[in-house]
Amino acid sequence: MASIRGVTFLFLKEVGTKMNEVVLKDTRNRSAGNHSQKETPGIVQKKRMNREDLIVKSILFLCAMVSILTTIGIVAVLLVETLSFFKDVSLFSFLTDTKWTPLFKPEHFGILSLLSGSLLITVGASLVALPLGLMAAIYLSEYADDRVRRVIKPILEVLAGIPTIVYGYFALTFVTPLLRVIFPDMGVFNALSASIVVGIMILPMVASLSEDAMVSVPKSLRNGAYALGATRLEVARKVVVPAAFSGIISSFVLAISRAIGETMIVTIAAGATPKLTLNPLESVQTMTAYIVQVSLGDIQHGSIEYKTIFAVGMTLFVLTFLINLIAQWLKRRFKEEY
Amino acid sequence: MSIIQMKNVDLYYDKHHALKNISGEIKERSITALIGPSGCGKSTFLRSLNRMNDMIQGVRIEGEILVADQNIYHADVNVENLRKNIGMVFQQPNPFPKSIYDNVAFGMRIHGMRDRKELDEVVEQSLKAAALWDEVKDILKKPAYGLSGGQQQRLCIARALAVHPQILLMDEPTSALDPISTAKIEELIGELRKQYTIVIVTHNMQQAARISDDTAFFLQGEIIEFDTTEKIFHAPSDQRTEDYIAGRFG
Repeated sequence: MASIRGVTFLFLKEVGTKMNEVVLKDTRNRSAGNHSQKETPGIVQKKRMNREDLIVKSILFLCAMVSILTTIGIVAVLLVETLSFFKDVSLFSFLTDTKWTPLFKPEHFGILSLLSGSLLITVGASLVALPLGLMAAIYLSEYADDRVRRVIKPILEVLAGIPTIVYGYFALTFVTPLLRVIFPDMGVFNALSASIVVGIMILPMVASLSEDAMVSVPKSLRNGAYALGATRLEVARKVVVPAAFSGIISSFVLAISRAIGETMIVTIAAGATPKLTLNPLESVQTMTAYIVQVSLGDIQHGSIEYKTIFAVGMTLFVLTFLINLIAQWLKRRFKEEY
Repeated sequence: MSIIQMKNVDLYYDKHHALKNISGEIKERSITALIGPSGCGKSTFLRSLNRMNDMIQGVRIEGEILVADQNIYHADVNVENLRKNIGMVFQQPNPFPKSIYDNVAFGMRIHGMRDRKELDEVVEQSLKAAALWDEVKDILKKPAYGLSGGQQQRLCIARALAVHPQILLMDEPTSALDPISTAKIEELIGELRKQYTIVIVTHNMQQAARISDDTAFFLQGEIIEFDTTEKIFHAPSDQRTEDYIAGRFG
C-alpha cells in the first residue's frame, strides 16, 4: 500500500512539475515573441510534444492503475467482511477447530478441514504437474528437434485454454471410473481424481513457461558444457536448469497458485464434505468449492454463513501471498544470472 | 609426431559445401594457427575436430579425421570422452553462472570426481596453469561473472585444462578482449604449448605470426596452404596466401 501511495505521489509531483514547465515555456515564448519576429521554423523546434506526452502518459497510467485499484478494492472488501466475521468467531477456534459446519447446527468454524482439502488437491496436483512439466520442458528445450517443438508447443498452449469445467467432467466421468478399477472402495467423489486432473490442467503451464525460461539460456553456456564432454542430460541438469531456475520457480508458483484457486474441477469431482484428512481416496471439500457451495445457496446477506466465504477467501488470499513470498526468496537464494 | 590427421574431409551444411577436401597433419605439442577471411571455414574445421558440429542440424561430414590414430567419426566413438580429451575455448568468454571454483570443477564433476581434496588440488593447478590463480585465490566462491573479460577467458581456459585434455582448440580466444588481456592470453598459450597441442583460429595475422609454429590458410572452404608459420609469412608458395597476408583482401 505504501508503495502504491508513493508511486501516486511521485506521479502527481511529476505532473505538477511538467505543468509548470509548460506554463513557464508558454509565457517565455509569448514574451520572446514581442522582441523577435516570427517563430523560427527549422532545426530547433519548440517542444510541442510536452502536452501530448503528458496526456498519453496519464491515460496509460490510469490503465495501469485499474488493476491496482481493483486489487485494493478486493482486499478492502475481504478485509472488512473478514474482520466482521472474527467479531463472531474467535481466530483461535477458526484456526484450531477440526470441524467446518457453518451451514448447520452445531456450528463449527474450523478452517483446517477446508485447508486440508485444498492442501490435498494442491499437493496431489503438484506431484503430477511439477515433475512432468519440468521434464516435458527439458525435453522440448534440450532434446526435441525444431520440427517436434513447433508441433508440441502450440498443442500445449491449446491444452492450457481448455475450460476448467470440461476438465471437471473429465475427472468425474473418465478418471474417477478408471481409478475405481484400482481402488474399488473409493467413492465417486474423491480428492485423488480431482488432484490428478488439476495436475493435468496446470501441467501445460509449467511445461510451457519452464521451456521459455530454458530456451532463453544462452547457447554459449550449453556449448561450454558440451565442449567439456557433458552429455545432454548433464547439460540440462547442471547448466540449463540452474540457469533458468528463477523462471522455472515462477512457473511452479503460478501453477501452484492456480491449483489452490482451482474451483470447477474440485467442485465437480472432489465432493462437498469438509473433512480433516490427508487420505486422497476420501471425498473432501476445498476452500474454493465451499465458496461456490455457499454462493449458490440462499444465504442471507450479512449472516454469519455469508461472512464465512470472506474469511475463507481471505485465507486463500493469504496462502497464495505466502507462496509468492516463498518463491521470491527461493529465486533470490538460488539465482544464477547470465 | 602428428596427433591429428585429416584425410579428405568434406563437410556440408545441408546443401552448402563448407569444407572441401581438407587434408593435412597437426603436430603434437605445437601451436597451429588457422587463418583466412570470414566465412572461409576455419571455425567450422575447428569444431569438426571435437565434433561440436554434431550439435548443428543438417551437418554431414565425409572423409576421416584421426586423433591419435583413431577416426573420431567412427560409429563407436564416445563423443563425450573425445570432447574431454579435446578441450575448447570460445570466442566470447562463456563461464557458467556459478562460482569461480564451480566453473573449474564443472568438468571434473561431470566426469565423476567427487573427492573434495582432489577437486581442490586440480582447481588450483588449473587456475595456476591458466595464470589466474594469484588473482582469484581469495575469491574462489565468488561468481565468475564478477571477473573482467580477460579473466573470464582465462577462467574458461582453466576450466578446459581441468579435465586434462591433450589438445586445446581455441576459436578466436582474444577477439573480444582488450590488448593487455590479449597479451596475457598469448603469453599463456605459449606456456601451454609445452604440454598441449593447440589449434587456434585467429583473425589477427600478427597473432598467428607471433605465437604459432604452423599456419593453415583457409579460403572458401579449402586449405590453400599449410606449412610452417615461418614459410607462410615469409615465403608463401601460393599467390593467394601472399595477397591475404599482405592485406590485399580479407
